Amino acid sequence: MHMQLWQSIPFFCIILPLGCAAVTSIMKPRMARIWATAIISIVTVLSAAVTIIYLNGAEPYTFMMGHYPAPWGNEIRVGMLEALTALVFSLVMLLSLLGGMKKLDEHLARQNHSLYCVVLLLMTSALMAQVYTNDIFTAYVFLEIMTLAACALIAVRKRGRTLVAATRYMIMNLIGSGLFLLGIIFLYDITGHLLMENIGDAVKHIAETGEYALPLKVVVTLMCIGLCIKSALFPFHTWVPDAYGYSTPTSQSVLSSLVSKGYIFLLIKIMYRAIGLDVIVKTGILDVLFVFALAGMVMGSLSAIRQNDIRRMIAFSSVAQIGYIYMGISLGTDAGMMAAMFHLFSHTVCKSMLFLAAGGLADASGNSKAFRDLRGAGYRSPIAGVAFTIGALSMVGFPFLGGFVAKFNFALAAMECGDIRTLLVLLVLAVSTSLNTVYFLRTVITLYSKPLETASYPVEKGQRGLLFSVSLIAFAAANVALGLFSQQVISAILRGLSTFG
Amino acid sequence: MAKIRSDYESGLFSRFLSWLTGGSTRLDDDMARSMDDQAGPARMQAQQSAHAREMERDARLAAMTEQEKSMYAHMHQWAQTKGKRFSTWLYRIAAVVICVSIIVLLVSTAAKLPPYGSPDNPANNEVSERYIEKGMQETGAVNIVAGMILDYRAFDTLGESNVLFIAAVTVLTLLRVTPSHGGKPSTSQLEAECDDRMYEPKNDLILQHQANFLVPLILLFGIYGLMNGHLGPGGGFGGGAIMGAALILYLNAFGFKKTERFFTYKTFTIVSVAALSFYAVSKAYSFFTGANHLPSFITPGTPGMLFSAGLIPYLNIAVGMVVCCTMYAFYTLFRKGDM
Repeated sequence: MHMQLWQSIPFFCIILPLGCAAVTSIMKPRMARIWATAIISIVTVLSAAVTIIYLNGAEPYTFMMGHYPAPWGNEIRVGMLEALTALVFSLVMLLSLLGGMKKLDEHLARQNHSLYCVVLLLMTSALMAQVYTNDIFTAYVFLEIMTLAACALIAVRKRGRTLVAATRYMIMNLIGSGLFLLGIIFLYDITGHLLMENIGDAVKHIAETGEYALPLKVVVTLMCIGLCIKSALFPFHTWVPDAYGYSTPTSQSVLSSLVSKGYIFLLIKIMYRAIGLDVIVKTGILDVLFVFALAGMVMGSLSAIRQNDIRRMIAFSSVAQIGYIYMGISLGTDAGMMAAMFHLFSHTVCKSMLFLAAGGLADASGNSKAFRDLRGAGYRSPIAGVAFTIGALSMVGFPFLGGFVAKFNFALAAMECGDIRTLLVLLVLAVSTSLNTVYFLRTVITLYSKPLETASYPVEKGQRGLLFSVSLIAFAAANVALGLFSQQVISAILRGLSTFG
Repeated sequence: MAKIRSDYESGLFSRFLSWLTGGSTRLDDDMARSMDDQAGPARMQAQQSAHAREMERDARLAAMTEQEKSMYAHMHQWAQTKGKRFSTWLYRIAAVVICVSIIVLLVSTAAKLPPYGSPDNPANNEVSERYIEKGMQETGAVNIVAGMILDYRAFDTLGESNVLFIAAVTVLTLLRVTPSHGGKPSTSQLEAECDDRMYEPKNDLILQHQANFLVPLILLFGIYGLMNGHLGPGGGFGGGAIMGAALILYLNAFGFKKTERFFTYKTFTIVSVAALSFYAVSKAYSFFTGANHLPSFITPGTPGMLFSAGLIPYLNIAVGMVVCCTMYAFYTLFRKGDM
């Protein structure tokens, strides 16, 4: 089969940031930032091009990484869903870097600026590889890069709290990686393959004959739990608030919206391509995930209400939103998976904007993150205030925004199930949404209420420069676009899922 | 007519309102009001009654505070003694139960896996068959493991070498002390230097003589492993680790003065950047030509020759350089935060 030129684009999306990362470490800080921004922009533009080609009806294909065809060599697979996810991930990466750039000067030691850019570039490459790879071991290698890069992103602001948070993050995530690796080893032993399609065929055969039933069940459990720990599903979420709460804004938004989503996308890919949804449903692991997800939706929101620090509140809200995504996945239907994918996008675009905006609002309030001092911050930093409001409304589920469409689709997917899960999902969805409303709208009201008379703020209005405003405006536009063009996005996701398995 | 309550501030609704708008608590309002009271009109009678009221309230508050304090002290004591013991106990039991159940699960799974070494195992399929039967012919590497990791599955190994690099970058961001600026060493640099002088041995004659003998041998063996990766046991990861060990031994015997002559932070960055860039660029070329079925100037050559097997020997050298530099850099960074 002859390849067309555009079909090499995803390969360049992976190899360009990977190849350019090393060289960044010897650049001067300013140069390194321009370089990293340029490369991530190129990746974004390339991903956008692939997405447009797929929206016009291209067929999925596989791309050989080297001279040897698939079961012997590595390969990547490109389709509608991969292209769309790659576009969202690279766009959010670019905007997060731009939005938090000014703050990096303050939070990072001078010698670490270019190293931070190295970490971001490797993270971009690992995310792209995670999205496109068709080989389960390649996924593990790039998952390792993501884990280490995430530790660096947390720890680079060398405070006591971030160091503790990075240590906890590393311990929890290494446990997750270890379980996932054990799963891959067992899976290789019983199927003899690492390529997802071949694993799928072998697993189908195993499920039919009933041989290796216990190992298969353990494999599914290990992989699911490993990735759940890494993406902070409810009972494994204890590392979240510190890790997300105290790092520098770019790190916050990359960690909360990209790293965990990369793992979730990998899980969905394994469920569809490697093991097969019907086999997964038979093992019963989805019921466990379902319980965890529902508990997370409520507990995350309850914890968020109790916080007095805006960043920790947003971090706990992430726990609840990850619960939503897992709830969609654990329904085990195409509709549930579609809702989960949509919420993955809407949460990715929204959470990074919330973290950046919260940073801007705190800056306009004498660098305090307590609600008491944030009163009136929406007037002092207008763009951040509006962006935060849009994000909060989207998370609450206000119509015309991404969060609403996601919740609506979760409810529809649950209606399709028609058993006890329908009732449970609808009930918990209602409770969780009202809890979301309580803490998000409380924050918005605080932002636009009269400041305390005793409080005084520095004269300059807490603007963090042009890039910050541009990034927030772009984020806000992306959120609104996701809500307004939700039908197109949903049909794209459905098309991607139908060709996924 | 609705009754107007005098204590409406303490009502549920008003407390909710104040929480909503940023959480100013009742205590602050009380304090503000008592300050207002002090600055209020100084009519004798009112003042006296206000004074009496205040005294009464103070007494009541003091009693409440006292009660609360004793309660907290009690709870604290419980948490420090019985509670601590209880939670430690619970924690240990839970840890043992979870560990034992995971061990039982994994061991019983391992017992159900295909028997070790049996020819009918699922893992003995067309994939490993081609690696073994055609590996040497296709990749030109006599050592088929090298052929597998650096040619068949080169993308994984490219990722793996970047795992090492990002580990080094992470340690650098964490441990590297502020470098000298404009020729003058920074205070943290001086402190690290002092610590190093204090805790690390200097000029140990026995160590130096041993190192004089051993370091060249180890280095030579490392280079042999590096260059021999495609012909026999060895390869970039192993050979690089051995070379790194030689450098660390040399540093321990002779101190930073000697190693700084040839290995500084600059050396580290230049060597690893050059190696990784060469790796990425050459492999990108190889992937691109492979995927698009373009002619490529990389050929397997004659298996068994030193320069054969296409890119493999060069990639082994690049990986070895990265591994060697990373190991040495880890050691020096943990020791004094610089190279």
